[in-house]
Amino acid sequence: MNWGVLLFPGSNCAEDCFHAVDKILGKPVKYLWHKDTDLGDVDAIIIPGGFSYGDHLRPGAIAHLSPAMTAVKEFAAKGGLVIGICNGFQILTESRMLPGSLLQNRGLKFLCQDQTLQVDNADTPFTSEYASGDVVVFPIAHNEGNYYAAPDTIAEMEANGQILFRYCNPEGEVSDGTNPNGSLNGIAGIINRTGNVVGMMPHPERSADSVLGLSDGKGVFVSMLKHLEAKHG
Amino acid sequence: MLKAIVTVMLKKGIFDPQGRAVQNGLDSIGFDQVKKVRVGKQLEMDLEMTDMATAEASVHDMCDKMLANPVVESYSFEIKEA
Repeated sequence: MNWGVLLFPGSNCAEDCFHAVDKILGKPVKYLWHKDTDLGDVDAIIIPGGFSYGDHLRPGAIAHLSPAMTAVKEFAAKGGLVIGICNGFQILTESRMLPGSLLQNRGLKFLCQDQTLQVDNADTPFTSEYASGDVVVFPIAHNEGNYYAAPDTIAEMEANGQILFRYCNPEGEVSDGTNPNGSLNGIAGIINRTGNVVGMMPHPERSADSVLGLSDGKGVFVSMLKHLEAKHG
Repeated sequence: MLKAIVTVMLKKGIFDPQGRAVQNGLDSIGFDQVKKVRVGKQLEMDLEMTDMATAEASVHDMCDKMLANPVVESYSFEIKEA
């Protein structure tokens, strides 16, 4: 079972993602390059955070036009697991693989902090290690993390259980006061309708190794692994 | 040669925190008549083209594919002789 971490010029969280798969899960992982048209034999793809193409024009606006993204779309259309974290989430919304868009934080500040999140839907290949309602802590580090989608899109996503994580306080309460960036409905992470493509602004890979002080994020990678193991027998 | 000037703005109804900050700044130096500011971006492009209609179609295509994100942005443009 092979994992791939997709690299763009300006990606800066790729090594953390690689570490999570290689050292925490102990599974084979390789880097994929944005110019690749053939991603080879991979079962899951991680699109890491960073500032692909310097965030010029809009975060993810240039990266999503890369040759590798065409291959990622084909991989996802066949049911492959794809997770985009931070800039990876922005790339997935720019490519329309996920609905909505990430706007500038409402407070106009780059946010860099440990953030409490509520797990909203634990019944997905990315969150099965959690229980719905769990409160977890992942770091956030972004300037454009303010999730926006048209009201009817938000209503549809809510009805379909497509919200995976919401910003909350340590007691698990989701309100405007616990929302760091202005995201609609406190949305921090979402999944597509078919349940195999996820985007999230918080960083599970930075909270996957207990040696770094936080380990709640490990559950995302373990959930994915268990899903893949069940699928491949 | 033609020149295209593309303006990209956040769609109406989407909060623009940058515009609010600019408005507050103007207010603080006495321009309290400013009731709303929206900040967008302008792109100037030199086109190696001569036919206006073809250029318009191309610029539309560029905006749809890359220069604007239709989920949150709207665009307009003018094309003139460079």
